[in-house]
Order: sequence, then structure tokens, then C-alpha cells
Amino acid sequence: MYEILTGPLLWIAFAVFFVGLTARVVLYFKGLDWRLDRVAYKPHMAAGLKGGVRSVYRWILPFGTHSWRAKPIFTIMFFAFHVGLVIVPLFLEGHAVMIKSGLGIDWPSMPQILADVLAIAAFLGGVGIAIRRIVLPEVRILTDFKDVMLLVLTLTLLFSGIMASYHTANYSFWINLHILCGVIVLLTAPFTKLAHIALFFCTRIQLGMDFGIKRGGMKTNFDW
Amino acid sequence: MPEGKLCNKKPVSTREELDALLGDSNGRQYYAEMENLDVDAEKLWATIQKTMKSRTKTWLEICAHCGLCADSCFLYSVNGRDPKQVPSYKIQSTLGEIVKQKGKVSNEFMRMCMDTAWSKCTCCNRCGSFCPYGIDMGVMFSYLRGLLHSQGFVPWELKIGSGMHRLFRAQMDVTVEEFVDTCEWMVDEALEEWPCLEIPIDKEDADIVYMINAREAKHYPEDIVEAAILFHIAGENWTMPSSGWEMTSLSMFAGDWEACKMQVETVYEAMERLRPKRMVATECGHAYRATVIEGPYWAGRPDGKPPVECIHYVEWVAEALETGKLKIDPAKRIKEPVTVQDSCNYVRNAGLRECTRIIMKHMAEDFREMAPNKEHNYCCGGGGGFNGIGRYRKQRNDALKMKREQILATGAKFVIAPCHNCWDAIRDLEEEYEIGIRWSFLKPLLVKMVEVPEHLLPKE
Repeated sequence: MYEILTGPLLWIAFAVFFVGLTARVVLYFKGLDWRLDRVAYKPHMAAGLKGGVRSVYRWILPFGTHSWRAKPIFTIMFFAFHVGLVIVPLFLEGHAVMIKSGLGIDWPSMPQILADVLAIAAFLGGVGIAIRRIVLPEVRILTDFKDVMLLVLTLTLLFSGIMASYHTANYSFWINLHILCGVIVLLTAPFTKLAHIALFFCTRIQLGMDFGIKRGGMKTNFDW
Repeated sequence: MPEGKLCNKKPVSTREELDALLGDSNGRQYYAEMENLDVDAEKLWATIQKTMKSRTKTWLEICAHCGLCADSCFLYSVNGRDPKQVPSYKIQSTLGEIVKQKGKVSNEFMRMCMDTAWSKCTCCNRCGSFCPYGIDMGVMFSYLRGLLHSQGFVPWELKIGSGMHRLFRAQMDVTVEEFVDTCEWMVDEALEEWPCLEIPIDKEDADIVYMINAREAKHYPEDIVEAAILFHIAGENWTMPSSGWEMTSLSMFAGDWEACKMQVETVYEAMERLRPKRMVATECGHAYRATVIEGPYWAGRPDGKPPVECIHYVEWVAEALETGKLKIDPAKRIKEPVTVQDSCNYVRNAGLRECTRIIMKHMAEDFREMAPNKEHNYCCGGGGGFNGIGRYRKQRNDALKMKREQILATGAKFVIAPCHNCWDAIRDLEEEYEIGIRWSFLKPLLVKMVEVPEHLLPKE
């Protein structure tokens, strides 16, 4: 099982992930239309890019926007969840070992204790987000099957990873489940809401450009 | 029955059609006919395929359903936090559903969409600034309005308003002659107090061309005279065009993009004809949005700019006060607590948040900020056409509650609202809830407060 999951399937999954998301980004920007969007992107590229960068920057900063500050508990859960999901897989020692053995590249890694803390925080954040989804009527009304499945997938990914890192008796079960979830994430990312991994930056840049060019950005910076 | 006599997919193109609509009291026949209006699913889907590209498609698709937009929406708050008022829900259950069904939706569904698009969203765009992805549901509702309009599902008053723009290039039936006459007799009446006052019509190469909201010409001509007096005192070289002076666009509220283009092209034509250095826009929010922010795109101008530099009245006043062209008599500054309504259309959506603060620094001794304010201020409760639609009067009155609470919290009993829609909403708010406030545009206050140079005073 482990061999199948870490063999060609993993390579295919990575290829789908990177090619797919790159395609989504390229198609997104190619599909922007100054007439339909009513934003003169090209003639005011500098003002637009400034607006785009500000819009991304403020939003990736915890408590960087009025919206984040209005919902402090959600913001903490959100950032714990996302920081763990992005940073840990990139710099986990266990992953670096795989990269070294697979590609022969010396990949930097973080101390295991930091990875543990971040992963557990991400898991708890995710659980909090799931509870919020069920408890708050204004979020429940929006929730559909796909939203639930996405949370189940990412929480299973995190939980199995945490369990595997402790090398318990059921190590092979947890590691296989972990890799399986990882492969599913990579394979489905370009075609599901997981595409926000890349599209978040696209839509944020677009609205930043809209405000930067058309909606006052040449007079005052929008205070996100 | 497919197309009604009054309610149909065809925009107003003749005086007779307009009169027939106007003759239908409260749109009773119009809305009755709407219940039988066919949906042209094929055309609807074709339009969506042609006009819904990257941006809107991605917005609909990527929404994480996180609900952060809920509390950003004042309509959600004033309606008892009804989950059906969550912006994301509102757009997904209307536009999102039409897209999912590839346009194959029922008449009943389209009427639900109409009620949602015009009574559950004022296109204030506040939600857009609270969404982590930057999904601007106000922009999407505006797009949905366009789709609904193209299928004939548009509130009665807005079909009329849009028709007015198509026939008269103004939201009301004011002809060139009537407009010029109005200016002339208003000046005549003011001459005794203001010798040499004039409203120069069609003067070429002036520093400023002044443009207005048709309501001023039709119902509040004193507003035009006040503007004239202030330009006169400030020593501006200014003019007004005999045609193309109307900046508003009820067609924007209606989603009638073709009429939007016709209207704004008339305005730009006046700018090109008179070649002023700048255009100054009256105290109206949506008029500025229509002519200065969105208009260039309707007219197909690739740089997204109107033919000449355009500034809002609050920009002109702030500049005149700062440069000393206008000076406030220190004895006449406003002593009582006063607050200012930030218009969504030129503050959140055009970056003019500082101008009114500069003006208040000169005019008021006890200026109170609303909370939230500036680009995060709430809609007055009557924006996006809400004020003018009888069918949604109850919903509009409920919507005023947020502004009521905001104003009460400032402790001020006097509200300055440099925007026609906000001004109307705040007037109606007082009528409905009687909280004991007064409200005003800037012009009437300034006329009473500015120092008048000796040589402009009448000779005794």
C-alpha cells in the first residue's frame, strides 16, 4: 500500500496539483475582461498592482483587516488552521527525508516540536471551524455537502499525520491514511474549492486592482 | 401569457409607453402582468455565457461559505440576523441558482430574484470589503439586476426611471428649454440679494462645468442657485451645459446598461463640447458613481476615465475651504454636535473619505463620527434604488434602523448628508421613527456661513 501511494501515484498527484493550479491561475487572469469587470487594468497597471499587493498583504496578516478584527476567535482558528496546513507539510522533517530520498534535494526542515505544535493547532483550529459551521445559523445555511467533505478530508489528513508522527502501534494504518488523504488533496485541488490555494491570491489581487484603479485607489488607499 | 402590455422584455422607447406605465397606479397592472411573463431561458443562458467570465464565475465558485459577510450586511443585522439575509446566501440562491440551472428557471423564481436583488441588497458593496476572497456581492447583485432587467423582471418605478433616461436623458422629464428657463428665473429671483449673480449656460473653456441631479432642476431649483452663489463667492469661472447636465442614472439601479450608456454619453458629449478644465458634480452619490466611476466603462472608454477630470462637490468644497476661496465666518460655525453621512458611492466606492472631514474641520465645532465610518460606513438604508420602490416600502423602512442607531449613538441631532439618496433616507427615517433630528446638504449651510467679499454685496 505504502509503495503504491508513494510511487507513481504521488508523482501523478503532484503533477495534477501544480499543472492544474497553474492552469487555473493562467485562465483566471486571461479571463479578466476590462469591459465586463469595468476595471481598466492595463492603462493603470501600476496603481492596480499597488492595490493588488496591498489587498493580499492586509488579508494574509492575522488581524490585518477590519473583517479579521471583527471576528477575533474565528481569525485565530482560521490562521492556526491555514498556517499549519501550509507550513507544516512544506518543512516537516519527515517530508524533507522523502524529498531527499526521492529527488536528492536537501530540503530545509523545522524542529519536530514546532511541527507538532503547528499541526495540533491546525487540527484544533479546523475542529473549531467545523463546530462553528454547525452551530452558527448564518454559516449553517451556507454549508453544503462539499464543504463538509472538505473539512473531513483536511481534518483526517492532519489527524492521521499527527498520529503517524508518534509511531504508535498502528503506524502503517495512520501513515497510509495520511498519504491517501494527501494524494486526494493534490488530485482534487485544481477542480474543487481547494483551488483557493492559488485562486485566493487571484481574487484578492483582482479586487485590490478594482479598488486601486477605479474605486478611489488613485486618491486614497482603501483601508481593508 | 408571454409579454404584458406594460410588463415585458422591451424597454420604454416612446412617450406613449412611458405614459401608459405612469398611468398604472402603483404598478398594479404591471406586477399582475409580471406573474405571467415568460422567461426566455435560452437568451438568459446565452447572455450569461457571454458576460459571466473569470471574475464573477470564480466568485460564485470559490465562496468558502464562511459567513464572514453576514455581519457586514446591515440588512442582515436589521432583519433579526435572518440567515436568509446573509449576502452569500442571497447571491448563491439567486444568481448562483440561475447559473446552475443554465437559465432554465421559472417565472416565480425570477420574481423571487427580483425581490431579492432590489429589496435585500442596496449594492453598497460593504460585504465585498469583509470577504477574505474579496467577493463583492454588491457587484454581483448589480450584474443580476442586469439579467433580470433583460427579462423584464424589474420594479415598476425603475422601468419608468430607466425609460425617462432613454427618452429625456434625465431621470425626469426636463427638457433643454425647461432647464435653461429654470436657471434663468431662479437667478432673476436671487439678483436682488446677489447682484451680478449668473448661471452661465454653455460657456466654452471654463474652469468648471457644474453638473447636477435632475431632481434639483425639477423639484429643488434653489439648490442650483446655492451652487451658483458659492461659485460666485469663490470667484470660479464656471458654466452649466444646456444639455448633458444630468449625472444620475436610475438605469444603473435598474440594470439597464444600454440606457446607462445613452445617458452617460450625453454627459460626456457636453464635456467634450464645452472643454472645461474640470467637472464638479453636485451632492449626489450615485450620480457621481454613474458618471465618474462606472460611466467611462459603459461608454467604452479604455482608460476608465471621463473626458475631463471630474470631482465631487465635497472635493470642490474641501479644496475651496483649504485654499481660502471660501472662508467660513468663525462666528457662524456649527456649535451643536453634528455628524456626517458617508455615502457608499463616493466614499467606499470612490475613495473620498477625507473630504467631508476637512469640511467639518472648517464648519463644525463639535463634529461626531459615526461608527463604523468612512469606507466601512453602513448604507443610509435607501441606496441602490431602494428609496424609490413602493413595492419594498416596508423593507426599506426596516433598513433605516441601522442608520437610526448609528445617528443616535453619536448624540448629534444634526446630520449632514451630501448625497440625495442618503438625504432622502434620513428624511424618511425622521418621518418614520421621529428621533428628533434635522438634516441638510452642504450648500444651504455654506451659503449662510461663508464670508461674502464686500464687492459682491448689494449696494444700499
